[in-house]
Amino acid sequence: MPAVTQTREAVEKLGQSTYKWGFETDIEMDMAPKGLNEDIIRLISSRKEEPEWMLEWRLAAYKTWQAMEEPKWAKVAFPPIDYQDAHYYAAPRKKPGPRSLDEVDPELLRTYEKLGIPLHEQALLAGVEVPEGERMPVAVDAVFDSVSVATTFRKTLEEAGVIFCPISEAVREHPDLVRKYLGTVVPAGDNFFSALNSAVFTDGSFVYVPKGVRCPMELSTYFRINAKNTGQFERTLIVVEEGGSVSYLEGCTAPMRDENQLHAAVVELVAMDDASIKYSTVQNWYPGDENGRGGIYNFVTKRGACRGARSKISWTQVETGSAITWKYPSCILQGEGSVGEFYSVAVTNNHQQADTGTKMIHLGRNTRSTIIAKTISAGRSDSTYRGLVRVQPKASGARNFTQCDSLLIGDQCGAHTVPYIESRNMHARIEHEATTSKISEDQLFYCRQRGLSEEDAVGLIVNGFCRDVLKELPMEFAVEAQKLLQISLEGSVG
Amino acid sequence: MSQFLEISGLCAQIDADGQKKQILRGVDLSIPPGEVHVIMGPNGSGKSTLSYVLAGREEYEVTAGTATFHGQDLLAMEPEERAAAGLFLAFQSPIELPGVNNANFLRTAVNAVRRARGQDELDAVAFLKMAREAAKALSMAPDMLKRNVNVGFSGGEKKRNEVLQMTLLQPTFAILDETDSGLDVDALRIVAEGVNRLRAPTFSALVITHHQKLLDYLVPDRIHVMARGRIILSGGPELARQIDQEGYTKFLAEVA
Amino acid sequence: MNALSKDMSGPLALFANRLNTLAGAERQSAAGALARTGLPDRKVEAWHYTTLRALGKQDYAAPPMQVEASTVRSLLDGVLQAHPAMAALPRVVFVNGRHAPAFSALPDDVDLSFFADDPQFGQQAAPDRDPLVALNTALAEDGLVLRVPAGVDAGHVMLISLGVAGVDPLSFHPRHTVVVEKEAHLRLICVQAGQGAYFHNPVTDIQVEDGATLEHLTLQTEGAQAVSLGTLYAHVGQQSVYDSFVLGLGGQLVRHEVHARLAATRGVVHVNGAQRLAGQQVGDITSVITHAASDCTSRQTVRNVLDGHARGVFQGKVLVERIAQKTDGYQMNQALLLSPEAEIDAKPELEIYADDVRCSHGATVGALDDDQLFYLRSRGIPEQEARQMLIDAFLDEAIALVEDATAQTFCRAVMAARFAGKGESA
Repeated sequence: MPAVTQTREAVEKLGQSTYKWGFETDIEMDMAPKGLNEDIIRLISSRKEEPEWMLEWRLAAYKTWQAMEEPKWAKVAFPPIDYQDAHYYAAPRKKPGPRSLDEVDPELLRTYEKLGIPLHEQALLAGVEVPEGERMPVAVDAVFDSVSVATTFRKTLEEAGVIFCPISEAVREHPDLVRKYLGTVVPAGDNFFSALNSAVFTDGSFVYVPKGVRCPMELSTYFRINAKNTGQFERTLIVVEEGGSVSYLEGCTAPMRDENQLHAAVVELVAMDDASIKYSTVQNWYPGDENGRGGIYNFVTKRGACRGARSKISWTQVETGSAITWKYPSCILQGEGSVGEFYSVAVTNNHQQADTGTKMIHLGRNTRSTIIAKTISAGRSDSTYRGLVRVQPKASGARNFTQCDSLLIGDQCGAHTVPYIESRNMHARIEHEATTSKISEDQLFYCRQRGLSEEDAVGLIVNGFCRDVLKELPMEFAVEAQKLLQISLEGSVG
Repeated sequence: MSQFLEISGLCAQIDADGQKKQILRGVDLSIPPGEVHVIMGPNGSGKSTLSYVLAGREEYEVTAGTATFHGQDLLAMEPEERAAAGLFLAFQSPIELPGVNNANFLRTAVNAVRRARGQDELDAVAFLKMAREAAKALSMAPDMLKRNVNVGFSGGEKKRNEVLQMTLLQPTFAILDETDSGLDVDALRIVAEGVNRLRAPTFSALVITHHQKLLDYLVPDRIHVMARGRIILSGGPELARQIDQEGYTKFLAEVA
Repeated sequence: MNALSKDMSGPLALFANRLNTLAGAERQSAAGALARTGLPDRKVEAWHYTTLRALGKQDYAAPPMQVEASTVRSLLDGVLQAHPAMAALPRVVFVNGRHAPAFSALPDDVDLSFFADDPQFGQQAAPDRDPLVALNTALAEDGLVLRVPAGVDAGHVMLISLGVAGVDPLSFHPRHTVVVEKEAHLRLICVQAGQGAYFHNPVTDIQVEDGATLEHLTLQTEGAQAVSLGTLYAHVGQQSVYDSFVLGLGGQLVRHEVHARLAATRGVVHVNGAQRLAGQQVGDITSVITHAASDCTSRQTVRNVLDGHARGVFQGKVLVERIAQKTDGYQMNQALLLSPEAEIDAKPELEIYADDVRCSHGATVGALDDDQLFYLRSRGIPEQEARQMLIDAFLDEAIALVEDATAQTFCRAVMAARFAGKGESA
């Protein structure tokens, strides 16, 4: 299993550190003063050279946010957040924005190299041979603190008619499209964190796939929080018109810091008739140290609207990072025969807390949804699957299947399953299954008798446990994800 | 005596419903290199326990005695260290590993053991070539490498998968715990041939079985009879035939 | 406690008159807790699916001391005549929350007393955590206090709670205690029935001591206008068994909330149930099964059949504490929707802090299986009858979990009498 070997070697090189991506990049930053008020929002909007309507939208969201309270229902605990004690804008000082990779600060490029962008070639996955040359190139948009710094393969994409650019650019270059869809899936006032994001979001990706176009390559965005005391509030909007399709990958890292940093992203997906969107995330924000100090608060709102008939939105996530994760990628299944999928692996170790799951809202006839959630808890962590399946009266013929499995490693952690199942249609069918168990002694011993160390055996069994989810990931991501699982659980056995 | 496998006065117990249950009550056994030994004995006599204790299963607590392997204290080693040192246990009931691809599992194990033995790791291509050949020699369907480890395998397939692992891990000492049970005649012959291919002056095996059939193919050097946690009788190959015809009762009575 | 009155807004105002004139520290403290929290609304997670709107807008009076005997007699006959075996069983009858000796046939072999004579609130109920328990604590008048002595097999006891009201709503809040001492055995059959606009708010404190067994059936056939919100606590000792089943058939709004605690090793808890509801009925089965010791087993199967505009709620939490290694927990919730307006809301929940456990739950929601229906009809069974057969079979599989044969027969008889020929939605 070279993935594991490589990972271990990489970790060993870092000495004591178990978080491989914990470096800080030293580059000049343009930072707004700490605090959140209308002036800061005006500053963000003017730095982004936004039109007036965008500023007004932000200010309205800010007003809404001021009247809201932090949600309390999730099974996570953290000290009160001082929203005035953070920078809401931080950008590498380099103006105007880079037009090509040559113009990007070389320090930044080295950062991305360390992050493995573009993802290094990995010919073999899990003992399965893959012929060379079959993989598609991946277009990458990299977001560093508050701004997008580089987008690759734009020419190829433009020729296909696909728009893939930083959302700040889209606001200027494609205002009609942005205005038409922004906030229509996740309204500013949807929840506390979406309101905050709507007021202060700084960058993120915009993808538009026109009618009938299958995006010729995977699109990928890497998010990195770098500066101290900054929040990251990216905003992603993906619209796929009739018959189009796209696969989008998202990766995230942050340096190791003692204090907690807030990340409150909003992702909106819109799929029209026969369109399909595959959205994959490997979330590896800094999880804090083994005593629970530091780490990212990952409070994210992700939602997709299957507006068209037979449209399909598929979320796949591997969540290994963050001190706290609060995240429920959801599907509004409006179009007749539309399909929603949620595949999730959530791993927590040490003092991490995760409350994550999905919502599948069946509005249209013959809509279908599948939920496969694998939860792994180790150390002193707590992990909760929380999911809603709702079938509304008009959704005749709706189908849902849900499988939630939890694995506990050690006796100081917790794993919880909280599904909400609501049906208002007699012609809908919902099936839900959940299990909780530990890795059996038999399995561990069997692997060790074959020469595997206990940690490798756990890694192997956990990867097997997560197989149904990992196989949904594009290949490069699956390799990355397997490594991450192993790293995340290091120190949890023995 | 040899420096290969020496077991002396081995006692072991297990926790069963809060009670300590003594299972091995002083096992003495010596296996020289290049020999195939057989342990027979009634159910509950401690045969499988002996195999687990030798392989390092943690539920069993060794209360007395020693076991050395190539002169090393076997009982002080972790299970994976024993595997790397050349000890292989073919499980009576092979364990299922849901979601774990068989080829991936085999390669991970082979490379872990090779690493520990100071050998180069095999890349995927070289490994698959080797694994396919070995699987073919055991008349295994090619797709068994792609399936999850032992999941949905028939009894016979599981046993063959054990022998496949043994072939690939190249142990110097193999314990076959009722590897013949549940096999039809053809499968039995294939499994036995798999074991025979490994036979060499540096390879020994301890075969736990109830049946003479497997021994017809394997041709053992020594037969041991185990009862109530001890080896009560040892002899040549003719002892197995005698037991096959007359049962254990006579021997047990003699000792009692 | 006049200071309370200003805090009593919302549904709580309906009880304000009585809550303002309480005597005794325990009752006043409960009323204080109520004043702070009010009665629960949907913002309270445990009440996410059930609102108390059915309590209406009219004040709830304390029940009158006199009740028409013929009304009680006919209600009681309705219960006892469901099956010939029932009339022969010892019974304790409560009318509007007060013991009615004239209708009771008290059991031997058990220690029997009444809450009214010596109010004891017990250790398990948590008025500060659960407003409905607080309401009961404040207003409880009477209740059964039953103790089965160690080693005794007390056979069957029926606890029959009848509500008798007219158009003006009244409420009663009985406080029952059942203790099955070491190695003892009891089969308890609780029946709730009545007529008119009443609110039944019982709290039941059950202790099954080491090695004891309690088989407990609760049959809810409350009146059509009745609101019934009951809370039951069960403390299960070492190697003891609490085997419970609730069969919910009505009133207007009925909630059966169970908190079962496996407090010592090798205990067994079954919190099974079935509901069959129609019209505008709302039925809620909520349970929290806490594994607080190792090697315990819990089983839960709950089935709902919902017709008309009925709404079924199932909330089942299995909490496995850190110490509860080797827990074996299983939970299954299934619902059958018979009409386009019926609704099911289910929340099966696992909260697990021990690693060496086997816990699982499953849930399914759907309509009658078309293939099964077709199969039956192809064998010549008319559609109506075929539906009835499938519905009966669906519920009967749950009722089959009632281990006490008498209780099981009783359930089947009640179902047969109520639902014969009612397979089709209106």
